[in-house]
Amino acid sequence: MPTSDYDPACLPDLLPLYYRRLFPFSQYYRWLSYGGVSKNYFQNREFSFTLKDDIYVRYQSFTTQNELEKEMQKMVPYKVDIGAVYSHRPSQHNAVKSGAFQALEKELVFDIDMTDYDDVRRCCSAADICSKCWTLMIIAIRILDRALREDFGFHHLLWVYSGRRGVHCWVCDDAARKLSVAARSAVAEYLSLVKGGEETLRKVVLSDPIHPFINHSLSVVERYFQQYAIVDQDILGSKESVDKVLTTHIKKDLTIYYQDEKNPMKRWDRLCSSIKKGGQYFDKEIMLQYCYPRLDVNVSKGVNHLLKSPFSVHPKTGRISVPIDLKELNTFDPFEVPTISLICEELERPTADEAEEDDVKDKENEQEAGERRRIRDYKRTSLAKYVKVFDRFLEAMARSWKGEMLKKSGELETSFSVFLTFMSFTYT
Amino acid sequence: MQFLGRRKKLIGNFQNDLYDQCLQFYGQPPLENISLTEFETFAVERLKLLKTVENVGVSCGKSSEQYTKKLDAEISSLNFPHRGGISEYEKRRKDHISHFILRLAYCQTEDLRRWFIQQEMDLFRYRFNCLHSKHKTDFLHKNNLKYETVSAEEKKNLKDKLIASSYGLSGTKVEEHDVYKVPFQDALDLVRTRKVYLLAGNAYIPHHEIVTIVLNDFRTRLSKALAMTARSLPAVQSDERLQPLLSHLSHAYVGQDYSIQKNIGKISLEQIDALSGKSFPLCMRHLHKALRENHHLRHGGRMQYGLFLKGIGLTLEQALQFWRSEFVKGKVDADKFDKAYAYSVRHMFGKEGKRTDYTPYSCMKVILSNPPSQGDYHGCPFRHSDPELLKQKLQNYKVSPSGINQILELVKGMHYQLACQKYFELTHNVEDAGFSLNHPNQYFTESQKLLNGGRDIKKEVDMSQRSQENPASLWSLKMELDRQGISAK
Repeated sequence: MPTSDYDPACLPDLLPLYYRRLFPFSQYYRWLSYGGVSKNYFQNREFSFTLKDDIYVRYQSFTTQNELEKEMQKMVPYKVDIGAVYSHRPSQHNAVKSGAFQALEKELVFDIDMTDYDDVRRCCSAADICSKCWTLMIIAIRILDRALREDFGFHHLLWVYSGRRGVHCWVCDDAARKLSVAARSAVAEYLSLVKGGEETLRKVVLSDPIHPFINHSLSVVERYFQQYAIVDQDILGSKESVDKVLTTHIKKDLTIYYQDEKNPMKRWDRLCSSIKKGGQYFDKEIMLQYCYPRLDVNVSKGVNHLLKSPFSVHPKTGRISVPIDLKELNTFDPFEVPTISLICEELERPTADEAEEDDVKDKENEQEAGERRRIRDYKRTSLAKYVKVFDRFLEAMARSWKGEMLKKSGELETSFSVFLTFMSFTYT
Repeated sequence: MQFLGRRKKLIGNFQNDLYDQCLQFYGQPPLENISLTEFETFAVERLKLLKTVENVGVSCGKSSEQYTKKLDAEISSLNFPHRGGISEYEKRRKDHISHFILRLAYCQTEDLRRWFIQQEMDLFRYRFNCLHSKHKTDFLHKNNLKYETVSAEEKKNLKDKLIASSYGLSGTKVEEHDVYKVPFQDALDLVRTRKVYLLAGNAYIPHHEIVTIVLNDFRTRLSKALAMTARSLPAVQSDERLQPLLSHLSHAYVGQDYSIQKNIGKISLEQIDALSGKSFPLCMRHLHKALRENHHLRHGGRMQYGLFLKGIGLTLEQALQFWRSEFVKGKVDADKFDKAYAYSVRHMFGKEGKRTDYTPYSCMKVILSNPPSQGDYHGCPFRHSDPELLKQKLQNYKVSPSGINQILELVKGMHYQLACQKYFELTHNVEDAGFSLNHPNQYFTESQKLLNGGRDIKKEVDMSQRSQENPASLWSLKMELDRQGISAK
């Protein structure tokens, strides 16, 4: 296991190194500037920092990439959150007339947290995860990614591992960033199928007609269900678990059958075949209740809601919040995600190329050198491949920014020519 | 200006044109003079109508038969236009004028605007759905509403998906009628409930659902109009005949919101456990129990319960002590509490951030917003609990079997507040609660009144106080609204 043992007590020493030499500031700035299509987009963005001793500061904002770097290197935040783009610079919000300071835009975000599945996973609970329940995240990502792209028409999605027990999705399309609160909550509710708290036993209720979205989601769940739920989670194994499954729909004859049949796979088959008699979608409802993504609508709803930043460090596990490459989703292992201690250690290891690069160093100015060094630095560590994923994501978006810029300059031209026409008309 | 002549001509035909349709978008303000009496009467009656729209919407489903019956009755009795009858001119004129008057009263704050828009939308939706299909199409034409339709070929390709996404849509309907394609942002009500087919960011809406897109238009226009009205309001408010009326109109709907605690500091923390069994509504009793058992509550629960406690009279210091002592018994140490949770408690009391003094949630708010998910204990148990579990819980609380059945019947009929009222009656051993429940703190106050005696005397004192504060007609409005609350059963 290529993970150096992480000790939270080392954070004060590791973080400065991380922010000086590893955090991908240039890509980060490029992302949040969105190609400069909107003025002051980066300058009006709120960041919040959690500092040592749980000191929390909001309304941080920066005018340039350099300022962002310097501040982060100075304050050494344990956690970084990203908020909305406001009408004014967040750091100056107190100077703005009350009511005038508004959150205008923000990415549409989703937060899938493993603790929300505690009632349906037997392997772990609370903050723990394992390779068995990680499947739930894979299912969640597949279902939501498809829906956001195919149903809602979004293109630029960044999936990020939170560092401990969940994943986040950042939908970065221009249309997504401009969504109202009502629209965000509508999207989140469209994507919600599992409803109810402690007091609800039957959390998924299906009735005719079955919406195409549900069918798509079911086909994803079905691919994983037998291995995940029947085998790994063994939901039809013990009496306690069987009771839980069956109380969702009380089926007395199944209970009798189960007294004799102990094989979970056979139990499941029996359950599915007993559906033909009535309670039409019993099996599908169970599959969804055990596997369908559970998202916190409140996280997605608010335009001003703050969410953990990609490439932030998780203070408890030390893992970096890295982007997930969906092409490699099946092999993504949260336990292989590098910790800050690992990458800092990898930094110290000398490499062969270093001697050559030293010659080039003399010709650059300090900032360029710093950047080159940093680019060289993270490439030496396990962080490299994740930054590549981020790069590819940015490339795809950059193509759309170019389109936006052309459109905008086109608009400018059109309105200018209208103005000229008007002027000439007036003088006739 | 070239417009003047046209306008003069318009006024002559104006009335005929403007009121030839049962339903309107309220695009043009009324241009006539009216008496102050008419001004006041029209406004008050529309407000009664909107209040009924709100009550009936919560106590019955919006498409249920009861909803239709009750709204029909109210619209008739208040003399508003109703299903395109023959001599509707006067009613339509009243509809037009009263809407614009209420705009003046409800444009000033975000809350008022939201409430007004919501009720006007519900009313519009109801009336639009009552229209004959031909009249619906007429309405679209008359108001210049053109929506993009889907080509026949695309319809054919998507037929199965369309049928699977919209209730009541058959293959023939798809072929024969138009299907509209709008960006999903314009059909949020359908998206939210997943009652529409989505593809590449567009919602495909069958003709019989067109009301949704029209409603969206309605909301956008009304929202813009209210913003504009707010800007020109100072001019209106300077008219001293209108100012008191408008201000009373906007306060009339709010009622008791328990933001000003009458009994600050009269409750001690030791009493809370006992009180939770005796005088808390079921939702708060449930939250209290969960807090005691788990030594923790998530955000939704902390807000709902914390604000309730504020409403019954807890001071900030007491609240901090209460939450801290409970959380510390769990996984949170005193330090962490002070850093993370104390802020949130102070925030509830208006001591942090925007310094808004948050008001305790009404039943409407608890039932309709922020439904609980896994790990949550907030919400309304009559609305959000599985009936089986609700039954067990009531059994544990020693409610009689017949009482439980009555409650479950009410829950089945979606009368959540009435179910809670029944719970009050059963646990307090009274035939009739004597009030119309719409707020958890009201439940508490009424319970305490009952248990400590002197209920009837208090009510008389309140009534005489009220009549001194308000001018006669608005006093009668308040009476009407209170009575309406009871008649919403």
